[in-house]
Amino acid sequence: MPATTSTLSEWESKRRLAAAGIPVAPEQLCADPAAAVAAAAELGLPVAVKLCGPAIAHKTERGLVRLGLRDAEAVRAAAGELLAAARPADGPVELLVARMVTGKRELIAGCATDPTFGRCVMLGIGGIFAEILADVVFRLVPLSRTDAEEMLDELTYRAWLGPFRGEPAIDRERLVDVLVGLSKVAEEDPQLRSIDVNPLIVADGVPIAVDALIEVEA
Amino acid sequence: MTATPNLDRYRALFEPKGIIVAGASSHPGKFGFVAAHNILAHGYRGKVFLTNREGGTILDEQTLRSVDEVPEGAADLVFVCTPPASIPDLLRSCARKGVTAAFVSSAGFGEAGEEGLRAERELADLCAELGILLAGPNGQGIISTPVGLCAQIIAPYPPAGRIAVASQSGGFVQAFLNYARSTGVGVSRAVSAGNSAATSVGDYLEFFAADPATDVSLIYVEGLADGRAFFEKARAAAAKKPIVVLKGGVTAGGARAAASHTGALATNDRVFDGMCRQAGLSRATTVEEAFEIAASFAVHPLPRGRRVFVLTTAGGWGVITADRIAQSRDLELLPLPADLRAAFDAKLPPRWSRNNPADLAGSETRDTVLECLELGVAHADVDAVVLLGVGIQSNLGDLERRGRFYPGHGLERIVEYHERQDTRYASAAVELSRKYDKPVLVATELADTQPGNPGIVKLKELGAFAYPSSHQAATALEHLFRYRRWRDRRAS
Repeated sequence: MPATTSTLSEWESKRRLAAAGIPVAPEQLCADPAAAVAAAAELGLPVAVKLCGPAIAHKTERGLVRLGLRDAEAVRAAAGELLAAARPADGPVELLVARMVTGKRELIAGCATDPTFGRCVMLGIGGIFAEILADVVFRLVPLSRTDAEEMLDELTYRAWLGPFRGEPAIDRERLVDVLVGLSKVAEEDPQLRSIDVNPLIVADGVPIAVDALIEVEA
Repeated sequence: MTATPNLDRYRALFEPKGIIVAGASSHPGKFGFVAAHNILAHGYRGKVFLTNREGGTILDEQTLRSVDEVPEGAADLVFVCTPPASIPDLLRSCARKGVTAAFVSSAGFGEAGEEGLRAERELADLCAELGILLAGPNGQGIISTPVGLCAQIIAPYPPAGRIAVASQSGGFVQAFLNYARSTGVGVSRAVSAGNSAATSVGDYLEFFAADPATDVSLIYVEGLADGRAFFEKARAAAAKKPIVVLKGGVTAGGARAAASHTGALATNDRVFDGMCRQAGLSRATTVEEAFEIAASFAVHPLPRGRRVFVLTTAGGWGVITADRIAQSRDLELLPLPADLRAAFDAKLPPRWSRNNPADLAGSETRDTVLECLELGVAHADVDAVVLLGVGIQSNLGDLERRGRFYPGHGLERIVEYHERQDTRYASAAVELSRKYDKPVLVATELADTQPGNPGIVKLKELGAFAYPSSHQAATALEHLFRYRRWRDRRAS
C-alpha cells in the first residue's frame, strides 16, 4: 500500500491551506537576496527567511530556517547563505520571506492517512514536546464544524486554549476554521496523503499556520 | 462498498419460521449435537429439521438424510455444522427449499490460510447468487430471545431484554451473555459474526437500529476490513440508538513508519477513538464496563443535562462519589439549590450535610429517604441522581438474624422492617426514574458482596440493577450524557 509520495513546497502547501480559509503568516516567495530584502521591507520586520522547494522537507534539521531577522543586512546575509546551502538534490529552490509570528502557544494540526479509516484530521498541543505529550485528537475526513468543535474540548490540556499569561483565549471559531479547512484541502485532492501544520502559532488568539507541508501520492 | 442490505433479510436470521440444522450429530461432544440441543432445549417455537447422513434420531427427533427431504418453504434459516467442502451443495439445496439465511459455524475458512480464504470468498459469492444472507463462517451462533432462539454452540441462553450483541469474537458473545444472566439485564439478539465473509458487525448494527426488540447495541470488533463503511453504518445507526463498542487489538501496527509528524501521532487507537466520538459510539475500556454501559442504556432514560445530585445514607460513599463527579469532564456536581436545601431542612434534623452530596447522616425516619429522593429527582435543576446506601439496613438485619438472640427480643420485627425499607428504596429509584424521566442510579458494594440483599434483589426484579461502585455509576452517566449531547448537537 505505501505508494511513492512527494511533497509540495512550503509555499505551495500554504497556498492550498490559505485557499481553504486557514490563516497563514503573510509571506512572499523571492528569487534572490535583493528580492528578499524588498519583501522584508514590504512585510515589515522582523522576518523569517527559509529555503523553499518541493524537495525540501526537513528545513530545521538542515539549518535552512533563519528566524527573527531585524534589518535589511541580516535578511540579505541570511538569504545568501541559504541559497548557498542548497544541494543539487534539492532541485530548484527559492526563498520564502515571512513576517515573524509571535505567540506563547503552539498547536500542531494536520491530516494523516490511516490504513483502516483513511484520511483523518488531527489537532494537538504543539511545541517541542508535542510528540512526547501526544495530546492529540482525530476525526475522519470530511469534518463538520460540530465534529471540529468537539475536538477542541477533547484535548487533555484543553486549558491550553484558554487565556494564557496575558494572551487572550484562542478564538475557537478560527481554530475550527483551521480543522474544517484541513478537511477541505484533503477532500479536494484524492491524492493527498498527509498535511503537517507545525507549528500552528497562536498570535493574539488567532491560530496561524507558520510552517506547512503537504504530501501527495506521486 | 457493500450494497445497503434489505433489512427484511435479517428476519430469517433472527426470527426464522423454521430452521434446518445441517450436520446434526448424535455425539454429545460434537458441535452438530450442541447446536441441535440448544435450539431444541430453549423454547424455539418454529419447526426444527435435523439433517444427518446416517439418519436415525437425535434428542428424540427423527433426522432427515438430506435437506432434500425438508418440505418446501418450511424453513428459512440453515445452521451449518458440516465441513467446508460440503457447504456449497448444501446451500444450493437449501435455497431450493426457500432458505434465505445461513449461519455457518464451520471453521476452515479465512482463518485457515490462503485456500480457506478463497473458499470463504466463493461461499460469500455463492450466497449472494442464491439470495442467502450469510452469517459467519467460523461463528459460534445466534440468539434471539423474542422467538426463543438459542442457535449457538456456546453458552448461556440469556434472559430476554433490550440489548443486541454483535461480536467478532464468540468468546465475547459468551461473556456479554454471562453478564446479562448475572445482572438480569437481558438481551434481544446476539450474533457471533465469525469471519464476517458477507455480513459484518456494521451490517448487524443497521439491523439492530431498525429492530423494534432492541434499544441498544453492544459490539466487539478487532479488525475492520472496510473502516469507512463501518464508520458510515455505525454513525447512521447511532443516530437512532446508542451503540457501545469494545475494541481489541488497539496496539497492533501502532508503530507505523511515518514521514509526517501527524502520521507519527496517528496511532490506530487514537484514530479509532476519534472515529467513535465522531460516529457517536460509546467506547468502553474494559469488557465489564462495555456490558455495564450497554445495560445502563437499556435501563435508564438519557439525562437531559450534566447536573448530578447525590443522595446518600452511606457516609463516605457520598464524598467519594461527589469527588468523582466533580472531577468528571462531562458531569457537574450540582451546587445544592436553595429551595431543595430548604425542603430537606423541613424534613430533617440539622445534622444532615446541607450540601450536594446530601448525606442524611442517620437522621432518616420511615419515609424520609423516599421523600428526599423524590424532591431530588423532581427538581428542575437535577438531570440525574445517584442514590447510595440502598441495602445497608438489610445488611444490618442480616447480622441480627444471624446472631444468637434471633428470633426474639423484637428482632424479627426490626429485621423485617429493615428489609422492607430497602425494597421500598429500590422500588422508588425505579419508579421515580420513570415518573420524572431522569436516570436514578443506585450504587452500593452490596451488589457484589451481598447479591441476595433484598434491595439488590428488588432492583433486579424490576429490571434495573445496582452498580457495585459509584465510580462505575459515574462512568455510565458520562456515557449516557455524551451520547445524548452527540445526538442533540446533530439533531437539526
